[in-house]
Amino acid sequence: MFDWISQWGRSGLDAISVIGRSGIFLFRSLLGRPATGFFGLLIKQLYSVGVLSLLIIIVSGLFIGMVLGLQGYNILVDYGSEQAIGQMVALTLVRELGPVVTALLFAGRAGSALTAEIGLMKATEQLSSMEMIGVDPLRRVVAPRLVAGFISMPLLAMIFSVVGVWGGLLVGVDWLGVYDGSFWANMQQSVDFREDVLNGIIKSCVFGFVCTWIAVFQGYDSAPTSEGISIATTKTVVYSSLAVLGLDFILTAVMFGNL
Amino acid sequence: MRTRLVEFSVGGFMVAGFAALVMLAFQVSGLTLKSAEDVYHVYAQFDDLGGLSVRGKVSVAGVTVGKISDIRLDSKSYNALVEMEIYRSVNELPKDSIASIQTAGLLGEKYISISPGAEEEFLKEGDTLFDTQSALNIEKLISNFASSKLGQ
Repeated sequence: MFDWISQWGRSGLDAISVIGRSGIFLFRSLLGRPATGFFGLLIKQLYSVGVLSLLIIIVSGLFIGMVLGLQGYNILVDYGSEQAIGQMVALTLVRELGPVVTALLFAGRAGSALTAEIGLMKATEQLSSMEMIGVDPLRRVVAPRLVAGFISMPLLAMIFSVVGVWGGLLVGVDWLGVYDGSFWANMQQSVDFREDVLNGIIKSCVFGFVCTWIAVFQGYDSAPTSEGISIATTKTVVYSSLAVLGLDFILTAVMFGNL
Repeated sequence: MRTRLVEFSVGGFMVAGFAALVMLAFQVSGLTLKSAEDVYHVYAQFDDLGGLSVRGKVSVAGVTVGKISDIRLDSKSYNALVEMEIYRSVNELPKDSIASIQTAGLLGEKYISISPGAEEEFLKEGDTLFDTQSALNIEKLISNFASSKLGQ
């Protein structure tokens, strides 16, 4: 009985100390003077985190936009207001689906790779040998990856939204024959730059921050075994997805919910 | 060669991202570079807004000339006080113009339509339109009609 209670207490303490460690980890890797050659390292990470994620983002954005167009048309045509399809596709993409789906894909595509890479570096003692020769692995390995994640996510989300709108245009206007003048007019009348587009970008910045932080920290904090790396990779995807969906509700409530 | 390719594709990625932002701003949200000084404020009181909302459009003869910037309750008269932003370029609206709440299409959104009056003086910043027409309330119309039928 006492064992059981003390185990609960221990896991509670563990959970809080993980949060503390991840906070210290974030501060130590971002504050202070960046590593020499930081810019070159950043470019390399932007390539592997951002550019290599482009394909999956563009393809899923296109299909999600097309599905939105198709479903929206089927519902709206019953009310004779199929011109509102532009408004529907653009608002859903810019406000919700753009940031959220990009973040989920990003967690699966780039986040898991970051965790596995850093976890393997730790398991093969590359990180500790860096420390031995006087190079701070937090500055040299972790910081460029964090910054690359923060930069890539909003850009990817915007590209996702634009491709999605184009997919909706393709289905709605080119295939189903909605008049394209009212498609754009409806969209431009209902989408507000500050209210919708900027709030969507703020959302994706928050998601980018959280996803990359979780991914890099899980890799850095993983047990240095092959099993530890696999657990850390799983945790990255699960935690990032849950964090994104939970935060999305909170952010939506604050931004659009008149709370 | 390899690093050049990496640099080039990262550059392309950044450019594509910012191009997407510009596209979202101008094509999707229809952002125009009209600054805040380009509008003047006009007020109108209505008995019943019937679903009019902030950011709705203000039009003259179907041409959009501004938007609704604020809606609040006038605590003395218990009427709805609507604040409209009208573009400076449309500065020759007579003072006795009529503001009425209309619906775009059968199920569309509500907007304010201004029908110009005949007075020589024009509306300026802070003026109030006194001649207003509230939203057509279909439920009220039907109930009026039904009760008048019953009364016969």
